Amino acid sequence: MSEFIGIFLAVLLAILIAPHAQKHADRIWAAVTRINFVQRNGVFISTYLIVAVVTWTVVMIILPQLYMVDFSFRFNLLPADIGGPKDTYTLEQYRYLLFGRAGDEDAMNWLHLQVFGRTILVSVLVTLFDFAICYPIAYYMAQVAKGGQARLLVLCLILPFWVNEILRAFAFKILFGTGGVTNVVLIWLGILDEPFDFLKADVGLYAGLSYAYILLMIFPLFNAIESLDHNQVEAARDLGAPWWRIHFRVVMPHAKPGIASGCTMVFMLCAGALAAPQILGGPSSLWFTQIIYQWFNTGGNWPRGSAYAFVLLLVCIVFVMAVMRIFKVRFGEIAK
Amino acid sequence: MSADVELDHVTIRFGEFTAVSDANLRIEDGEFFSFLGPSGCGKTTILRSVSGFLDPTEGEVRIGGKNMWGIGPNKRPTALIFQNLALFPLMSVADNIAFGLEVRGVSKFERRKRADELLNLIALSDQGDKLVSALSGGQRQRVAIARALAVEPEVLLLDEPLSALDLKLRQHMRSELRAIQRRVGITFIYITHDQGEALTMSDRVAVMSAGIVQQIGDGATIYNNPRTAFVASFVGENNPFYGRVSKADGEFAVIDSQFGPLRGRNDQGLSTGDNAIMFVRPEALSLMNGEAKDENVIESVVVNEEFEGHFVKIYLKGEGAKNIGLSVTNDGSVPRPEAGQTARVGFDATRAMALPVGEMADE
Amino acid sequence: MSSKTVMKLMVGFYVFLFFAYLFGPLLMMGASAFNVSSFPQVAPWEGFTFQWFGALVDNSAMVEGIVNSLWIGLGVICLSVPISLAAALMMTQIYQRLQPIYYVIVVSPVLMPGVILGISTLVFWDKLGVLANAEYESIFYNGMFLTVVGQSTFISAYCMLIFLARLQRFDRTQEEAALDLGATHTQVFWKILIPFLRPAVFSAAVLAFLTSFENYNTTVFTIQAESTLTTVLSGQIRLGTKPDVSALAVIIIAITLVGASVHEVLRRREMAREEAAREAAKRAEAAADLALTAKPIAAA
Repeated sequence: MSEFIGIFLAVLLAILIAPHAQKHADRIWAAVTRINFVQRNGVFISTYLIVAVVTWTVVMIILPQLYMVDFSFRFNLLPADIGGPKDTYTLEQYRYLLFGRAGDEDAMNWLHLQVFGRTILVSVLVTLFDFAICYPIAYYMAQVAKGGQARLLVLCLILPFWVNEILRAFAFKILFGTGGVTNVVLIWLGILDEPFDFLKADVGLYAGLSYAYILLMIFPLFNAIESLDHNQVEAARDLGAPWWRIHFRVVMPHAKPGIASGCTMVFMLCAGALAAPQILGGPSSLWFTQIIYQWFNTGGNWPRGSAYAFVLLLVCIVFVMAVMRIFKVRFGEIAK
Repeated sequence: MSADVELDHVTIRFGEFTAVSDANLRIEDGEFFSFLGPSGCGKTTILRSVSGFLDPTEGEVRIGGKNMWGIGPNKRPTALIFQNLALFPLMSVADNIAFGLEVRGVSKFERRKRADELLNLIALSDQGDKLVSALSGGQRQRVAIARALAVEPEVLLLDEPLSALDLKLRQHMRSELRAIQRRVGITFIYITHDQGEALTMSDRVAVMSAGIVQQIGDGATIYNNPRTAFVASFVGENNPFYGRVSKADGEFAVIDSQFGPLRGRNDQGLSTGDNAIMFVRPEALSLMNGEAKDENVIESVVVNEEFEGHFVKIYLKGEGAKNIGLSVTNDGSVPRPEAGQTARVGFDATRAMALPVGEMADE
Repeated sequence: MSSKTVMKLMVGFYVFLFFAYLFGPLLMMGASAFNVSSFPQVAPWEGFTFQWFGALVDNSAMVEGIVNSLWIGLGVICLSVPISLAAALMMTQIYQRLQPIYYVIVVSPVLMPGVILGISTLVFWDKLGVLANAEYESIFYNGMFLTVVGQSTFISAYCMLIFLARLQRFDRTQEEAALDLGATHTQVFWKILIPFLRPAVFSAAVLAFLTSFENYNTTVFTIQAESTLTTVLSGQIRLGTKPDVSALAVIIIAITLVGASVHEVLRRREMAREEAAREAAKRAEAAADLALTAKPIAAA
């Protein structure tokens, strides 16, 4: 109802203002062209800039997010009831994530909480793993490899990532399936007697997730390390520092913004991944995004899906802030 | 067509900061007028207010008698040559020159014709189709001039356009600019911190400091009759002697300096008791070998000597850490003292200038 | 063997392992596209065939998905390139104090999980549809439209970063010079700014299209009854697969390889051209030095 009143008032206001505005059009026009911004860009370009930016920031970014949050605090109602007396704010959707349906045997909604915890934990582990394997390569490309060679390596790195996420996950399904290459090789080597279902044991999922976002770890690292003057490394070596100390005291502090940026991106994409868990996850194992997906699809409870999505968003925000705090970097340095 | 430019009590502020304070002057139709001053003195701000990139906080800028307030740079009869030239790197030389015509909707054929004329004027006839990046520094300079002239401005504004060139080219471009101005006959307003440029090219010069126009006049006036301590110390070399005025009349004033009483012209109407500076140019000082003189004699130790060819620069110990410089013509007429010896120098009262104490130019 | 050689060998081995990890799975997938076996696998090798490429053409759901993805990609270009250009220009002009907030807002879509962008777009437009009392066939419930909007939300941020990088090298006096020569603001925009930004516009469009084409997380929520390549793929792979998916991957990889090579060649050519211009300027400099005294303008 409140929306109708809002629209009604807006229309009323427009009707009242319009003739007035028309009468003073020239004066308003003069006032508009006096504004610094308009003077600098001209009327046409100013209009374009403001319309485009407002459309993006307000209509596409801010309002949908705010509305999703608002929506997550509502009941799952039939369209007829929306705006009616039943349409009130509630914590029901969040309560469900914690405690499940009222009257269940368990006090807590262990299934969803477990999935949530596992999603976060695995995402952190994948982030650490990716950092560990990417750091040496990034360092090698940025500081050791020569110009042409480095360019070739960069090109080689980018190529696999133009293949979309789903096909990459599919490749791992082929690799780790019961009839996949991994099993064939391991049996041939005599390590396994019979095919092992890596997908059921989630090995495929973890490997696939680690693989999927490598590029987003390696490029920030590469960019950050590349800007380090190699003489600093030489100087440290000259002073007798062992190689690991050089990395901990010289290279890593310099590459801090890159490390922060890479870790944030990998964690965020990993926790928010949907394709890889859907394709590589075993039948019983779930990823938090899959539960959200279910609420929107078969579950048919959009407010609850929104609530779950908001929780995921909060985790990501907390993670970004934690990284900013730990690495003492600014927001702008992460989002490059 | 050419127009005069008037600054009617122009003050320009940026927030708390006053960039130009009460500039009040008139630049004649067809004049070559320079604003001379150290960086940050407000000369570029004045130029931008004439070209229309900003409007004065107070006062009026008038071009050809018309108040320009609120009129954008694209609607003023001025053309500006930028310090970095601001040529369009993605366009050919001819397209650069014809840009002003293009945006006015002149036909392609007309544009090309005009561009060719101007290319001819700047002696780059066969270079029209090149990219700007393929030209040398001096050639780019000329393209910038041609591009500005193409729109047939009534006033041409130049913002230190020579500062990016090397010394030899700069000297050469001075005479070219002056020649171009004579040919096209429009008003030139030239901004520079280089007094050589200002004095050699301009009909008149305005010396600026800290947002204030200190003095306006032709080169000789500025040099020979500076009105403030800043102008005296900024334009050319000068030796300042500080002291209090002990005697003054309408024509001359005597200052009690560390070196005794010094007498010089009193154009600014100093009166007894005022704090003042006596400025004496190096070429006004002469060595005195034993001859008697009843006033304006300075005795000090020779610190250093620089041989410049047609004259010799001699430095005597002055007040504090400063040296007194004098130039002596290298004609062998006077024996020169050596470093460490005491020398007596004197000057004629008509060639010294007593001015009130004020801001001095940094060395 | 000295310790240095050992070190070098180890580093080399590591680099090899890393790239094996990167390319191994893709190679396996590629190979499975040519295996006769009706399940996508490499071992056992049952014989070489092209039949799966043919099967791909018969996979009508997939073809429809690809066509939809192409349209959505075009839509995303049309929406996100102008938006991101405006956002980048705004960044250089916005009040100093507002700038950090503005930056956080426009960059946040990059750091937000794609599913959340999809969900928020879906529920928001659904609500707008209800408010406007729109019919079910209207734009508010149109999967293709919502997908374009949802994807553009974060793709615009990527494109904006491209524009910002290019704008940093823009010399603002060029704009002033054009204005001073009589150009209107609109003319300055089209004749000075856009030509300067053209390479960035091109990069942004390519990036927008490719990112849109391979997006899944946002799309899967906004697409609803329609389908795109990624949603079709995901559905088919989950239901058990035939090697025609591998065949598709081979085609995509081949296109990528060609694209990357073309890009590299163009880049080299561009660099050579810039080098030539620099050389010419140097020669002109030398020639001008010689001619300096001989050719006063006034005499011309």
